[in-house]
Amino acid sequence: MSSTRMTPERESSSPLPVPSPLPQPPVASAADATPASVGAALSPIRDFLSKRGSGSFADNSFAAVMLLCACSIFAIVLFIFVILVVHSRLSLIQFGWKFFTRQAWDPVSGDFGALPFIYGTLATSLLALCMAVPLALGVAIFLTELCPRVLRAPISFLTELLAAIPSVVYGLWAVFVLVPLMRDLIGPFLYKILGWTGFFEGTNFGVGLLTASMILAIMILPIISSLTRDIMNAVPNSQREAVLALGATRWEMIRIGVLRNSRIGIVGAIMLGLGRALGETMAVTMVIGNHPDISKSLFAPGYTLASVIANEFSEATGDLYLSALIEIGLALFLVTIVVNAIARLMVWAVTRNAPARVN
Amino acid sequence: MKLKVIAAAVLALVTAGANAQNINGAGATFPYPIYSKWFSEYSALHPEVKINYQSIGSGGGIRQVSEGTVDFGASDSPMTNDQLSAAKVKVMHIPTVLGAVVPVYNIPGINKDLNFSGDVIADIYLGKITKWNDSRIAKDNPGANLPDKAILPVYRSDGSGTTFIFTDYLSKVSSGWNSGPGKGASIKWPTGIGQKGNEGVAGMVRQSPFSFGYVELIYAETNKMSFGAVRNASGKFLKASTGGVTAAAAGAAKTMPADYRVSITNAPGADAYPISSFTWLLIPTHSTDANKAKALADFLGWMLDHGEGEAAALTYAPLPKQVQDMVRKSIANVK
Repeated sequence: MSSTRMTPERESSSPLPVPSPLPQPPVASAADATPASVGAALSPIRDFLSKRGSGSFADNSFAAVMLLCACSIFAIVLFIFVILVVHSRLSLIQFGWKFFTRQAWDPVSGDFGALPFIYGTLATSLLALCMAVPLALGVAIFLTELCPRVLRAPISFLTELLAAIPSVVYGLWAVFVLVPLMRDLIGPFLYKILGWTGFFEGTNFGVGLLTASMILAIMILPIISSLTRDIMNAVPNSQREAVLALGATRWEMIRIGVLRNSRIGIVGAIMLGLGRALGETMAVTMVIGNHPDISKSLFAPGYTLASVIANEFSEATGDLYLSALIEIGLALFLVTIVVNAIARLMVWAVTRNAPARVN
Repeated sequence: MKLKVIAAAVLALVTAGANAQNINGAGATFPYPIYSKWFSEYSALHPEVKINYQSIGSGGGIRQVSEGTVDFGASDSPMTNDQLSAAKVKVMHIPTVLGAVVPVYNIPGINKDLNFSGDVIADIYLGKITKWNDSRIAKDNPGANLPDKAILPVYRSDGSGTTFIFTDYLSKVSSGWNSGPGKGASIKWPTGIGQKGNEGVAGMVRQSPFSFGYVELIYAETNKMSFGAVRNASGKFLKASTGGVTAAAAGAAKTMPADYRVSITNAPGADAYPISSFTWLLIPTHSTDANKAKALADFLGWMLDHGEGEAAALTYAPLPKQVQDMVRKSIANVK
């Protein structure tokens, strides 16, 4: 709906490439002038379109090529899935579907299960989202709606710079800065304030699920915030003006006029951030503690699917061991698909038939 | 003039490349520094032979040589009987140098080197000894003012030869370890936290008070880390040194099996450092390419004559004399 309203506005504000013949409506000029003079006066685009004859062949072949491109995505996903299944067949046969719900991981006796790794991956990624999303939305709202012009460029530049830092650098920073901070300051503080919840129990060594989540949150923050900023910038100003004209305050304008219009895009941005969090390997490996345990306490060390592959693949010797590691890759693949599907379903459930409303 | 020289050099390189015998190997990362030094020195002496080595890890080395995709492999742990029988080519083990693993720790206020018995180390990683002032640690370290603090055990999270040597030793000195976690490049650690690589473990130990870990001797020496002494099979507390490692190998030489697949952890001998091990080259005994086999055999001979002498400069322990003599005879079988 908003797009149809935008069309006339955009045409009036952005003139066509050749400005001179525009004041008269093109239809009128075509009727008045002789065909020979029309060619000279018309815009180059019109000229091209009138001379090129039928476009149906080009259109059809273009559509076919694009269909092929779209299908290649299916083909790639299917190919990855098939290869993962084929190479993990030993462990699939040995452990069956129980592989995904077993807690064991013992390379020496050949006993494998993926549950602690699935738990670690989901827990760190979701915690990271909980920390990063409010912060990223705040950054984006400030940049698009409230930021003085002088600050806008430096803050945008810095957020994009954060996105460009390699993950191993984040990992190193986490080991030398975040881990001691966590051990000596943040951890004891959390224990004092929230120790009663049971989430901050046990000895805090500075490495563990919480530290990994924090470094993940910092890593996905720039992705979510810069995408959200672009999406909010795309909301037409007429929306903001309309809401303000109805008597809304600035915050109400942001909430009703901007956030509501861009919510689907924002969810998309969050999904991209979640995707990175689920698959992040290096930085997480350096601070998570790499111990396959399921523990309620966020101070406890954990392990993620991506980390265990990175850690153990190069030295894995037995066939079953290798096969189990590849099945861990399959588990990561499935976790990513399931999490994305759930998120899409949620978006669909929230936004279908939803008219613009105040709350 | 200058151009001509460059052109001549390029021509020489191209012709050398065309005639060169390319030998490809892959495997262990631990001996990579000395291997790459040996290979480049050997190629400088024999321009017709070019040895490429990829340090992809012992597991990868065993896999690739078993599949026959490389001309030789390298591993920090000997191949098992199952692996040998499953391999597509017949593989021979040739020991090259020795490595050792040392215990490192961080206890604020304690500057003297601590002593550790093998069973104490095992019980720290088993979670049975949890405090630094445990009576069994105190018994080995009379006079040390050990604090009443929880021990944080740190282990290698990535599969590694270092972990194999360390757990091989623990399996020999602790029955609880042998029946529990066992030995391997990666194992199921009962407690503690994992860090990637020697540098990960060392970094974690360095910055975490009251932590305990294990790293490769070479890593500890080149980074000037202080480390603890370990009690050897004769009951003597010994700090690791290249001399102590070679002594351990010399002790094992008398009982050395013909295929060199031997563990020398907890070796007998008053001067033998207990957590040490050979690292091996995995050589197919019957190569499909006779020229390659000949070049490889020639390299191995050069390694014994000249290479071993350079090991100590890179802080690797060289093979003891007895083992060198044995290897010299085995090389004759490479065809």
